[in-house]
Amino acid sequence: MTAHPSMLQKGRFSDAISPGTTPDENKAERFRALALPHLDAVYTLARYLLRDPSDAEDAAQECYLRALRHFDTFRGGPIKPWLLAILRNVCRAEYARRGRAAAPLDEAETDSENVPETLWSASDGSPEATSLVRLDAETARALIAQLPEPFREVLVLREIEDLSYREISQVIGVPVGTVMSRLARGRGLLRQAWRAEETQE
Amino acid sequence: MKCEDAIVLVHALADGELDAGHAREVEAHAEACNRCAGELAAAREMKNALAANDLRYAAPGSLRARIEGTMPKPQPVADRRTWLKGFALGGAVSALAASGIGFLVLHDAREDRLLGDAISAHLRSLQSEHLTDVLSSDQHTVKPWFNGRIDLAPPVPDLTAQGFTLIGGRLDFLDGQPVAALVYRRRAHVINVFVGQVLGAGSAAPQMQVVQGFNVLRWRKGGLSMIAVSDLNREELQEFETKFAAAG
Repeated sequence: MTAHPSMLQKGRFSDAISPGTTPDENKAERFRALALPHLDAVYTLARYLLRDPSDAEDAAQECYLRALRHFDTFRGGPIKPWLLAILRNVCRAEYARRGRAAAPLDEAETDSENVPETLWSASDGSPEATSLVRLDAETARALIAQLPEPFREVLVLREIEDLSYREISQVIGVPVGTVMSRLARGRGLLRQAWRAEETQE
Repeated sequence: MKCEDAIVLVHALADGELDAGHAREVEAHAEACNRCAGELAAAREMKNALAANDLRYAAPGSLRARIEGTMPKPQPVADRRTWLKGFALGGAVSALAASGIGFLVLHDAREDRLLGDAISAHLRSLQSEHLTDVLSSDQHTVKPWFNGRIDLAPPVPDLTAQGFTLIGGRLDFLDGQPVAALVYRRRAHVINVFVGQVLGAGSAAPQMQVVQGFNVLRWRKGGLSMIAVSDLNREELQEFETKFAAAG
């Protein structure tokens, strides 16, 4: 049974890393080899969740500090979801620091998820007529960044971080069904924003 | 299937997350239902529009350096192995230094031939049906197969749980030397691991190189040289080496 990273508490382990002894070094070496290749993935999620480059850097660094401290609790399998779960916790602590309640996640769930907004509506005409204009990367990133957080994070985890539904459900600690409905809703919202952007251009 | 379910499940279909049975059910529903067909088309369209660009962010070099700086440092008396490993597996800064080392190594004609042979053998294994002489996902079938065929016992770890499927093994030759070739698969990517007694000037610490566009990872363990060749990305090939070395 893998300890879920959501068990990790911010601040509980704020001591500095002790100078390395040999076993620590081996651990650090292994950690380096496994975790460092995913730095771009961690930083990417931090950018989308926090929407601020320097906050994202701080969060990524904090994520690696915590991950190394708790590397003993990592039980194998792909390490990327494990790292992203830690990063997400760091980001939620950052929301709290910014003075925003971390609650919006759960509120959004109740009112919007039971009424799935569909991607395609009759006004689009026939199903074949649904085509989206290609936007440049910066515009697409900005549109994703504007999505409400619960939908933004599943969309980023799926479409950009390439995680499976099961992995996403582990990262954010909700059932797979919830992942699926948030993703459907997220795509619907993104499509509306995309369409609006198209008409502006 | 109810439409309220299908309208969400078409997303899972578009994402390739449904098993064959459910996929057929959802497809059948979408064929008969204009609304769900539209939703499916729109989901695919949205996915394609997003896939058209790389929407990731690259971590700044300064961040990478800061993170590396917070990790326990190797002892000052660190032997060359640890040192090299740090380079081979570290970040962008280290990769730059490692490329210098790889460069020196590559200028040895023998090394060139060895790596050239490894790439050719990898390509041959992909082109023909001759991927394996012994076709089995069972390590206990593959390992004994090499008995009497080659004067070494290659490690044949079962890495299925880690996402690397053993396909089988065969005999091959690199630079005139007989080697055991183990074949693994990750998604659509084939990994050939060549195991020989002494394959070039390999160090114990894993060393990553790019040869003819393929990622080549070399290491030594248990008195054997290993060369892994694949079109798999660096990260996953490195992960493969870590798992292989740990299990073997």
